[in-house]
Amino acid sequence: MNRRATPRSVLGELLLTAGTLVLLFLGWQLVWTDVTAGAASAATSDAVEARFASAGAFAGATERATTSGGGDPVRTQAPPSGDAVGLVHVPRFGPGWSVAALEGTDRGSVLDRGVLGRYDGTAMPGEIGNLALAGHRTTYGAPLSRIDELVAGDPVVVETLQGWFSYRVSGHEIVTPDRVDVIAPVPGEPGDAPTAGALTLTACHPRFSARLRYVVHADLVAQTPREQGAPQALEPAAAPARAQG
Amino acid sequence: MYGWLWRALPGPLWLRVTTAVVLALLLVAVLFTAVFPAVAGILPTNDGTVG
Repeated sequence: MNRRATPRSVLGELLLTAGTLVLLFLGWQLVWTDVTAGAASAATSDAVEARFASAGAFAGATERATTSGGGDPVRTQAPPSGDAVGLVHVPRFGPGWSVAALEGTDRGSVLDRGVLGRYDGTAMPGEIGNLALAGHRTTYGAPLSRIDELVAGDPVVVETLQGWFSYRVSGHEIVTPDRVDVIAPVPGEPGDAPTAGALTLTACHPRFSARLRYVVHADLVAQTPREQGAPQALEPAAAPARAQG
Repeated sequence: MYGWLWRALPGPLWLRVTTAVVLALLLVAVLFTAVFPAVAGILPTNDGTVG
């Protein structure tokens, strides 16, 4: 029973060990990161919502514009502190579904925390130009795991201190990772000056691969200052109908 | 290799089993908290950004 180690037996044990490590890594990636990032994402959302709840306290210092008949835009400022861009509501993913969006798309400090990340240099919520956000589709809480369910007409509402910026999905495309033009100020037209607000979401594609990118485009259709309350698209009764066919 | 490890563990059988289990759990903890995150940062399997 206690036979001496031979090169063959050691090799066998090393291979078994390597196989076990790979399985452990897969388990860690597919299960554990969802657990830890899910908790991190929930904590981040709570912190952002707490900021919104106390938004009235900033009334003196915060620059606010109300929509008048002429439609003065609700201005977006950089947050007074921290790196939160806002809260992204996607009714298609479920009633009350939302995830925080933070500055930057670095995996270690942003995306792996289960939140969406804003591409550097892209528009802020409500601004003319393209607000581009990236998020994990699998692992690390997978906020965009159901990105492929978004269809034209679906609302995506970005909530900030100033209020709610409502975008409407116009469509999606599947592109190679080098297609930076999808996050250009005018999506698909780098170099063009933007005249409208847009939102772009990017995630990996196919689901468990990073070979391509699943890109969803949306157009800014409305802006609601905070004192007017949440837009109708976020009310439970306004949940979008299931896609037909 | 593992045979040698097993024989190197001290004590009666129950102590060996307990020690082996504890060592395995410690190894998994180190993997999950340090090694795997570092490895995952290098692998591009999860990249959802363009550029």
